[in-house]
Amino acid sequence: MTLPTATELPIGAVVTEPGSTRRNITAGWRALRPVIHDDRCVRCQLCWMYCPEGTIVELKGVFKVGNRTYDTKYEINYDYCKGCGICANECPTKAIEMVPE
Amino acid sequence: MQVQKTKHIEALTTNYAMAYAVKAVDVDVIAVYPITPQTTIVEKISEFVANGELNAELIHVESEHSALSAVVGAAATGARVFTATSSQGLELMHEVLHIAAGMRLPIVMAVPSRALSAPISIHGDYSDLMNARDTGWVIYIAASAQEAYDTVIQAFRLAESVSLPVMVSYDGFLMSHTVEPVELNDEEEVRKFLPRALRPYTLNPKRPVTMGPLASPDWYYEFKYQQVLALKEAYKVAKEVDSEYGRRFGRSYGVVETYRMEDADYAIVAYGGASYGNARAAADLARERGIAAGVVRVRLYRPFPTADVLKALDSVKAFAVVDRAIMFGSPAEGPLYKDIAAAMYMHGIDKPALGVIHGIGQRTIYVEDMYKIYTMLRENPRKEVVFMGVRV
Repeated sequence: MTLPTATELPIGAVVTEPGSTRRNITAGWRALRPVIHDDRCVRCQLCWMYCPEGTIVELKGVFKVGNRTYDTKYEINYDYCKGCGICANECPTKAIEMVPE
Repeated sequence: MQVQKTKHIEALTTNYAMAYAVKAVDVDVIAVYPITPQTTIVEKISEFVANGELNAELIHVESEHSALSAVVGAAATGARVFTATSSQGLELMHEVLHIAAGMRLPIVMAVPSRALSAPISIHGDYSDLMNARDTGWVIYIAASAQEAYDTVIQAFRLAESVSLPVMVSYDGFLMSHTVEPVELNDEEEVRKFLPRALRPYTLNPKRPVTMGPLASPDWYYEFKYQQVLALKEAYKVAKEVDSEYGRRFGRSYGVVETYRMEDADYAIVAYGGASYGNARAAADLARERGIAAGVVRVRLYRPFPTADVLKALDSVKAFAVVDRAIMFGSPAEGPLYKDIAAAMYMHGIDKPALGVIHGIGQRTIYVEDMYKIYTMLRENPRKEVVFMGVRV
């Protein structure tokens, strides 16, 4: 890929396209991958609140886990998760496991 | 081109002249934090704002770091902005100096220069400015209240033309607090000289952009090279702005000013009001005593006016550079001396050049000292740095 030259770029490093950071997939930074064990998850939402990158996805619906039914479920957006492990550290039921990539 | 019909002359300190220029320019946002010897600039601006003579937002901040940060933010929205500082205040601003330049914001800042601690000195020298010389800002050093007033107006035009921040510096106390006659321009004419134009990128919710992002190794260097190009362009534009200002308002200075250099064998190169004034008086004295003496004053310090300085010194047998700042541990302790030495070396010019450090912490520079420099040049032309006026 040929990158633009100094005179082709907007001055002052201004980014003119809103939301272009979404193209910057940061999954490659990750050494450890968080894996949610849904059977241990009590839907407390702490991982969703603590994630510094907003990569915990809260799904709405009807989710049966064993003999319990929940209206939410948490998943991880692995495109942007950098593997910091804050979610696993905060999880009160140890439902998130950090697995080497 | 219109020529002003009546002259409006006021007795002003250089600091007050700066405030009058800011009013004429119709600045939108000023962020201020007091520090000697700068304080009276923003005091006077506060008065203008309080009286309704200047319709601007005056932000009182808690430090110089915040003062420059506030005008960075305001400039990013497209506002015309101004701040001022000296000495420790300029040091505290240092990281934001690089940010303002890297973001290419047309900020104008006044810097009445002052010595740095320790020991504490509130008096003038150029140690503060010289620490900021390679931050990507355009730097002017004025030599009179009138020139400082004119330079602020030129600085806004230049800043907005090349998208670079500009400092206008001058002698702390020796100029900042001394009164001179200053001819003030018609404010309508100043605003015609500085038409408001939409900048290509501003913070505007209708056209969202990101400013000040992270640049990875694949991108960073290009933006720094853009700054190199912008400063080269600023050298050319500064001359054009000065010429046009001269046509409109009747006063122009060039980027380098010379005094009795036509047939000079020996020259003193200097910057700032006290050094230039005393050097001129010494040149007159030297000529009375049979030495063909002249003075070269560097008015635009960054971008460095290499071609103009070399041209001015083209026919001298030897010259001296008087610096009011010390670059500790440098091969030559004078910052301007080192710039000129580098410029000459790159152009294959080899002549005796004396580096003179003087006026540190506002140590008095006497006309006789400057005269002595001419005699040193004539009697023993050499390449050396000497410390004048210090007890050793």
